[in-house]
Amino acid sequence: MFDVPGLTRQSFILRGALATGAVYGSGAVGPFVRKAIAQEGGGDVEILNFALTLEYLETAYYTQALKQVGGLSGDVKSLATEIRNNEAEHVDALRQTIADLGGTPVKAPGVDFGGAFASEKSFLKLAQTLEDTGVSAYNGAAPAIESTEVLGAAGSIVQVEARHAAAIRSLNGNPISDGGFDKSLEVQAVLDAVKPFVKS
Amino acid sequence: MMGGAGAASAFAIFVAACGDDDDGGARGSSAQTETEKEMSARGDLAIVQYALTLEHLETDFYNAVIDAGVITDKALAETAMMIRDNEQEHVDALTATVKKLGGTPEKPMTNFDAVLEGGPDMVLETAATVENLGAAAYLGQAGRIQSKEILAAALAIHSVEGRHAAALNQVVGKTIVPDGAFAKPASMEEVLPKVKPFLV
Repeated sequence: MFDVPGLTRQSFILRGALATGAVYGSGAVGPFVRKAIAQEGGGDVEILNFALTLEYLETAYYTQALKQVGGLSGDVKSLATEIRNNEAEHVDALRQTIADLGGTPVKAPGVDFGGAFASEKSFLKLAQTLEDTGVSAYNGAAPAIESTEVLGAAGSIVQVEARHAAAIRSLNGNPISDGGFDKSLEVQAVLDAVKPFVKS
Repeated sequence: MMGGAGAASAFAIFVAACGDDDDGGARGSSAQTETEKEMSARGDLAIVQYALTLEHLETDFYNAVIDAGVITDKALAETAMMIRDNEQEHVDALTATVKKLGGTPEKPMTNFDAVLEGGPDMVLETAATVENLGAAAYLGQAGRIQSKEILAAALAIHSVEGRHAAALNQVVGKTIVPDGAFAKPASMEEVLPKVKPFLV
């Protein structure tokens, strides 16, 4: 294993998730990683902070749901817990990656999910929207990412969001996808979609 | 072991696609006259052909399963058909992209008799394995695609494969996120041996 100063376990895991050397170039791994990444900050930091905002939102959603939604079935509770844990890891990894790039991670926004926690049904309905929106957000933003490593990280996360989305849709009795291609959304469209839930 | 012209030509598709994996590989004097744009397009063409081969594999698989009537559960059978429809959309789109890049679309010969003979359990396990592998394959290539347009298309497909993988994992009693919060990529070298059993 290589030792890179300043990397936390979370960003190490993030890199580990994408670092099959043959694909991303084993020359990028090792003591040079930090320097290489620091040089590629800038636009990527903005994109990562955008992603971080969504991950904060999702983490808060599932955390609150687990506390507030009465009568969650075992299956739903299990899934919500798994998803919440994934989103929390995404938050940690994105914060660390942004810091590694020399950027400042945005803070968690205040959130208000209205009546979503009134029932398991309403919880699952908004969950589906949030997961699908997350997929579209990552897919929309990813082509603008400059660093190959950051792109790999985004891809690694979006696949997991898509997995979440499919599982939620299954519970909702909905088709797991809307056709063969996931839509992508521009940043503004995503922010408009989540605006109702963001206070402050 | 592979044998016969059919297997050799299917294998050849992968060898051709993998040929550009190593950026440091010797290309001979013809590379000196190639513009950067031509090199990018050639690299992208190899990746798109590789993706097309995998999509043909998946489409053939689901068609074989549906034709054999192996899945008797109605809801499950519908899901299989929907997934097959998604994969066919992928085949169509990638075929068009290969042509647009100046290539000749290839289709591998496939055989899933051994899987079908294993009955519904083996069919579903294989489906889950193939979808997870497909998602990892796309993730493994994302960082290598030069064209933003092709990258966007690949991402739109990649997340749908993630949806398929999660749904099928649920069916066979596996976790929707086998890699945890960060999906892992797979290289062409890792993917090839796993799909070889299905190539004629």
